[in-house]
Amino acid sequence: MDNLFNLFVRSVFIDNMIFAYFLGMCSYLAVSKTVKTSIGLGAAVIFVLVVTAPVNWLVDHYLLKSGALAWLSPQLADLDLSYLSFIIFIAVIAAIVQLVEMVVEKFSPSLYNALGIFLPLIAVNCAILGVALFVQEREYTSISEVTVYAFGSGVGWFLAIATLAAVREKITYSNVPKPLRGLGITFIITGLMAIAFMSFMGIKI
Amino acid sequence: MSDPNITREREPIFSAKILKLLKNPFNLENPITVQVLGICSALAVTVQLKPAIVMALSVTIVTAFSNLIISALRNTIPSRIRIIVQLAVVAALVIIVDQLLKAFVYDVSKKLSVFVGLIITNCILMGRLEAFAMGNKPWPSFVDGIGNGLGYGLILVIVAFVRELLGSGKIFGIPVIPRIFYQWGYMDNGLMILPPMALITIGIIIWVQRSRTRELQE
Repeated sequence: MDNLFNLFVRSVFIDNMIFAYFLGMCSYLAVSKTVKTSIGLGAAVIFVLVVTAPVNWLVDHYLLKSGALAWLSPQLADLDLSYLSFIIFIAVIAAIVQLVEMVVEKFSPSLYNALGIFLPLIAVNCAILGVALFVQEREYTSISEVTVYAFGSGVGWFLAIATLAAVREKITYSNVPKPLRGLGITFIITGLMAIAFMSFMGIKI
Repeated sequence: MSDPNITREREPIFSAKILKLLKNPFNLENPITVQVLGICSALAVTVQLKPAIVMALSVTIVTAFSNLIISALRNTIPSRIRIIVQLAVVAALVIIVDQLLKAFVYDVSKKLSVFVGLIITNCILMGRLEAFAMGNKPWPSFVDGIGNGLGYGLILVIVAFVRELLGSGKIFGIPVIPRIFYQWGYMDNGLMILPPMALITIGIIIWVQRSRTRELQE
């Protein structure tokens, strides 16, 4: 239990998807103009992550990993399909995102309209595939670890986009140098926020 | 997409239009600083020049060929499932690039870690496929892919150059700052190696670019 909680805190604050790995930056920069939409997108990302990461882990664990097919028949024990992982992972993610899109369209049309093009684009949000690949690279051993890690990463992403949106809403009232307006200042704000997040480094619970 | 009324005249291979496709991504339509595409990998692989250059080349190759393939298929892909088709093409190309990197430059491939796989979700690819390849002929799409890949690479190389020079005093792993500077009290700026400075470096690049080209200002 301690281990899981530690993993959660690590993935939210220390290994933050945005501030430590820059994953999902495109939608992070494009959707963070208002707090409301960014909260919607953040929630969608958490949800998609929590669903896709365990599914991808199961696929990797029971189908793709070297020797993973041994449960099917002993002849397949030395088969290594891990070079297929990119294409399988992205297919799983795209399918699940399509599903989420249909559910959101049905139950919350206002959120659907607010997210617009960015809902289907969650499929190509690097954070989602990034988590799947990090899970594969770091060799997490149990499904609860994977789920907690995915949830934590999602929460970290949510936190990052919501705070950036809040800062950007305020900054419209300030007099930023003209060439820096818009994109430039957003990059610098994100950089400063990342430096702030670095103060969490080394914390262990 | 294809309009039968368009007169089919043969264009020269490097007409002015094609050259423009190649040139625009370097400044006016730079994928990173103007179109805001492909930021994720741009930031994470720029601690040193070598991985940055390998990454830039890989992205250029994948963008060019996925543009070419999708553009050749554009009239047969049903629009409802186009994202999956695009992802499948891109993922196949990325697997090839990944295996090649593992075979020939293993150390760089280890350093890039998950970011090679993440080329699949690099927004430059999807952005160019959606915005250009779905509506243009294969050759212009191919050139557009190369142009955008190189425009992306340009920013990557600038950022990596600044970060490696200021962060560890080296270029391509070779120390370039004279020893005597260190004796006078110069120190490598450790902050430049850390992720946040990549963001701030790009912010400054945008600042410089936009003060030079006024039409980009918001």
